[in-house]
Amino acid sequence: MNWFTKMFSSSIGQKLIVALTGLFLCTFLVVHAMGNLALFKSDNGMSFNLYTVFMTTNPFIKVVSYLLYASVIFHAFKGLHLIYKNRQARPVQYGMVNGKANSHWTSRSMGVLGTIMLVFIVVHMSNFWFEYKFGYIPYVQYTENISTGEVSGMPYVDEAGNPKQIKKKMEEFVIGDNKITIVKDLYAEVAEEFENPLLVGLYVFAMFAVAFHLFHGFKSGFQTLGLNHPRYNQAIQFIGTWVFAIILPALFAAMPLYFFLVK
Amino acid sequence: MSGDMNVTLKVWRQKNNNDRGRFETYPVQGVSPDMSFLEMFDILNERLITEGKEPVAFDHDCREGICGMCSMFINGRPHGPLQGVTTCQLHMRSFKNNDTIVVEPWRAKAFPVVKDLAVNRSAFDRVMSSGGFISINTGNAQDANSTPIGKDDADMAFAAATCIGCGACVAACKNASAMLFVSAKVSQFALLPQGQPERKQRVLNMVAQMDAEGFGSCTNTGACEAECPKGISISNIARMNRDFIGTQLSMQKV
Repeated sequence: MNWFTKMFSSSIGQKLIVALTGLFLCTFLVVHAMGNLALFKSDNGMSFNLYTVFMTTNPFIKVVSYLLYASVIFHAFKGLHLIYKNRQARPVQYGMVNGKANSHWTSRSMGVLGTIMLVFIVVHMSNFWFEYKFGYIPYVQYTENISTGEVSGMPYVDEAGNPKQIKKKMEEFVIGDNKITIVKDLYAEVAEEFENPLLVGLYVFAMFAVAFHLFHGFKSGFQTLGLNHPRYNQAIQFIGTWVFAIILPALFAAMPLYFFLVK
Repeated sequence: MSGDMNVTLKVWRQKNNNDRGRFETYPVQGVSPDMSFLEMFDILNERLITEGKEPVAFDHDCREGICGMCSMFINGRPHGPLQGVTTCQLHMRSFKNNDTIVVEPWRAKAFPVVKDLAVNRSAFDRVMSSGGFISINTGNAQDANSTPIGKDDADMAFAAATCIGCGACVAACKNASAMLFVSAKVSQFALLPQGQPERKQRVLNMVAQMDAEGFGSCTNTGACEAECPKGISISNIARMNRDFIGTQLSMQKV
């Protein structure tokens, strides 16, 4: 074995994989939440649909997205593998354990919380990612008046009212005073999916799992990397709690709730 | 010494490592609140011996809280309900009259049960002999102040060196991980100039031995730090992680 495989097959090295992929996934959550704020804009979904085109065509984002899929898989399977190995380190269980006396329940429930998130990710990706890439998404046509800046949106249909398709994800052209944008209407798909109370419930429930997973996971990642020092421990704790365990999950949970309750 | 406390003990009894083991219930009467937990066990054992039964085997040595031998898992926590004490320094006044107290051995694959509440902690010794030392060519001891050490580093090294190797960290950890113990031993040398020549090889060897012994891996729950009778900080674990990763990326030997 060379030093590299030796390092990553040691207990600390395996945890390093979980920590590095986990913290990378944290940065993804920030971008995902910021971008999806476009859902809250009252412009018939135009900015969200344009953002979707950007995210699925930009070459840099594409590379990062494959890194992301790999990270989810590595993080989940390495995490579950370590849980399995850690169980083997205590073959006979205690008759009585008072876990709450010495540790926070989230730190003892990362596997359960993570598994809920994994199920959620599969459901979430089949709802939107799979539908957008392989399923049927109707097109919408936005007409923007160049002089007034007014935007109106309507389904992209023929005279009989049947939905029309274009080859690409988006087409833009100018006719007279109007700039026409034809784009896949993922926004409508989002609105439609979030009419389902069961799905909305699952999304909100999963965001609790995200919150509790990251409440421990964010600071735990830094500890595994060896970054523990009184000079910045409070900052890590603060960011982990407020940004990753409260603000981000709340923003994500607000999206399905917004469509279910307000739209 | 006798008193008016009555407690019911649910004690793990196991003949040897091949025995499956089971809980047995023993009422203990006339316990003084000023007795230590181990003295209460002495009373039980005297009675068992008088009755011609096998006494409960448990580890103990100094009974002053510094040797690290006592190792009881009491009511779901290593060394019982108090913080910063070993079992021998736990007194019956920490319990109420008529309490039922569950007592188990440390449970870890790396700490096989010898008998009843006594476990074999040789795994710690093997981790120590893999690197928990500094090599010194003997000769006259040099002047004590010839190697200056910063106060902060000296304090942290001393704090790490207070580890008594009792194994409460392993017992408390849901993964039976020995990271707190090993990191304290790595840190006490890593912080001092005397530990520098062997610093890189030490952390590699000790982590490798720790893994080989079958301890679990750390998930940073902090249970070890909370239960450690000597208050060893998990910042030592971060230091060991740093040393381990840094060494892997900087060893001259490929």
